[in-house]
Amino acid sequence: MTITTGKKKEKIDRLSELAARDDERGVSLWKEAFRRLRRNPAAIVGAVILGLFLLVAVLGPFFVPYAPDAQLWKGEIRLGDFPGPRAENWFGVDHIGRDEFSRMIVGARQTLLVGVVSTLIGLAVGSLIGGVAGAAAGLGGRWGRAVDNVLMRFIDMLLAMPSLLLAISIAALLGAGLTTVMIAVGVVSVPVFARLLRGSMISQANSDYVLAAVSLGVKKPKIALTHVVPNSLAPVIVQATLTLATAIIEAAALSFLGLGNNDASIPEWGVMLADAQQYLDSAPRLAVLPALAIIVTALGFTLLGEAMREALDPKLRK
Amino acid sequence: MTESDILVEVRDLKVHFPIKRGVIFDRTVGHVKAVDGVDLRIARGKTYGLVGESGCGKSTLGRALLQLTPPTSGEVSFDGVELTTLPAGRLRTMRRRMQMIFQDPMSSLDPRQNVESILTEGLQTHGIGGSRDERRKIIGETLDAVGLPRWALSRYPHEFSGGQRQRIGIARALVLGPELIVADEPVSALDVSIQAQVVNLLDELQDSLGLTYLVIAHDLAVVRHISDTIGVMYLGALVEEAPGDRLYTEPLHPYTRALMSAVPVPDPDVEDRRERILLAGDLPSPANPPSGCRFHTRCPWAQPTRCADERPVLREIGASRVACHWAEQIATGELRPHKVSAQITRPAGEGEEPHVVSAPSEPGSYV
Repeated sequence: MTITTGKKKEKIDRLSELAARDDERGVSLWKEAFRRLRRNPAAIVGAVILGLFLLVAVLGPFFVPYAPDAQLWKGEIRLGDFPGPRAENWFGVDHIGRDEFSRMIVGARQTLLVGVVSTLIGLAVGSLIGGVAGAAAGLGGRWGRAVDNVLMRFIDMLLAMPSLLLAISIAALLGAGLTTVMIAVGVVSVPVFARLLRGSMISQANSDYVLAAVSLGVKKPKIALTHVVPNSLAPVIVQATLTLATAIIEAAALSFLGLGNNDASIPEWGVMLADAQQYLDSAPRLAVLPALAIIVTALGFTLLGEAMREALDPKLRK
Repeated sequence: MTESDILVEVRDLKVHFPIKRGVIFDRTVGHVKAVDGVDLRIARGKTYGLVGESGCGKSTLGRALLQLTPPTSGEVSFDGVELTTLPAGRLRTMRRRMQMIFQDPMSSLDPRQNVESILTEGLQTHGIGGSRDERRKIIGETLDAVGLPRWALSRYPHEFSGGQRQRIGIARALVLGPELIVADEPVSALDVSIQAQVVNLLDELQDSLGLTYLVIAHDLAVVRHISDTIGVMYLGALVEEAPGDRLYTEPLHPYTRALMSAVPVPDPDVEDRRERILLAGDLPSPANPPSGCRFHTRCPWAQPTRCADERPVLREIGASRVACHWAEQIATGELRPHKVSAQITRPAGEGEEPHVVSAPSEPGSYV
């Protein structure tokens, strides 16, 4: 197969010398997306917020000054008057004499746990359903479309219910508790992931490189796994980051309604918010602090998610 | 042409796509007849060029020929093997011998695969080259053949220019050592300067490897340059087939005449005086093709008899094959072109009955 003439070869050699400058390896799309991400100020702000949050959530509980459930200042509680911020209690004392600062720190871990686990539940179940439906619809022919139809009508049923209502129903069925909150919030995000991955896979399955793989003789399941899925993941990853933010808010909402964690020894921002509402006029900081923490964390995830969306968007590639 | 010279033979090939309605229980309300009865033969080592306007079904024909789009009916025989009835497993093995080059080199390359992975995929699928070294050797030779440097191996498609990407696409097809290559608009997405390079590359490869091509294009100059035989498609069927230059010097079918009259002549005097045929209206809907001759709604030579009710078959006139009832009379000048007004036909089953709206044609829209 050597038809290259001497002249052409020379030209090619020259070109190869020119091109073999500093970067020997090609740059994959993931690497390039990461490079773009690093240049985006929103991504940096989001990453810093999340970094701090992670640090506090993982390491914080080992360094808290007081046990979060110890009612050390019970004696100082007067009706409608709790000790405010002071040297030994940085954020003051709550309504039954516990150190608010320690509770906030330990609550961060709970919030992270609920957010991550419920998002993972949604991501895993949703991607499985969406992946099967997408592969079936995109590559499976007539029977594939039937499988896709059944799966997607089930997803549509989940999607038809308001998410908080669905979460409340699940929580009511399973009884209050931390696991319940995770499952409920996770199930709510299942249809989003399923539809997203399915749609993305169908559009990829119609692209020319899939046709090229078919014409090479590659088997359909292999095409689905090696070509279609990797090219469909970008929007799902972005959605997972954004879902972490909503999961935290939804978990807080469930806890606020009393369906969340009922173990008083493990503080959680949502529960703290719910407890604080009775003392809004006397000690507003008890509500403001956990609310602020929830907002800032959710903002961090959203900023990073939006930045990732931009970095992974093929239209913005330069 | 003896039987053994024929690599591909297509007989009465039809590809109809159902038009579906309904959400859960979809019903078929009609068919888009993308390819509707095509017969053609491609000789071994030769190039068959397929031209036609957008939507005439030429790409679908190419894909159906490779069984990438399942044909509705008809036969495709490749080197004596009938492809349409071949079991899936054996068809996959056969794919090694017939490959495809795509129009858009960006979308036809997986953006997350580097060049080495793109080229290895086919080799692995067909178990060509036992060891990694052997495969690298085959890949290296293929890169040389398409004029890509070795450092390309670790790069990703987005790091190349359009022409280089098309070379990667050609390399992917070549690496399996195929006999037939279907090139679907291989150069239309490229700059004109790069087009010539790629066309010449295809030419060189044919000479050195003895490849057989089916080149699908709408660029008449490109097709003329590389084709031995050229087929002209209109609305899912061949209207004329002729050896290369003959089609350009002596078009017989009215549609081919109109196509050829659109090619500019690089001589200002000839260009000023030459006859130009502008077709009125658009390509009719392939879901509801005109009765009889598919072209009669736009044909400046259409006659009151036969054209509207009898579908012409390809018949041999000299070295050409033409699907026109009046080809001889048109060639001798016995029939003169007349004015045609544009017609709009709707696909059947879309609201009210299909009806015809005539729009006034502009002066000079014929002859």
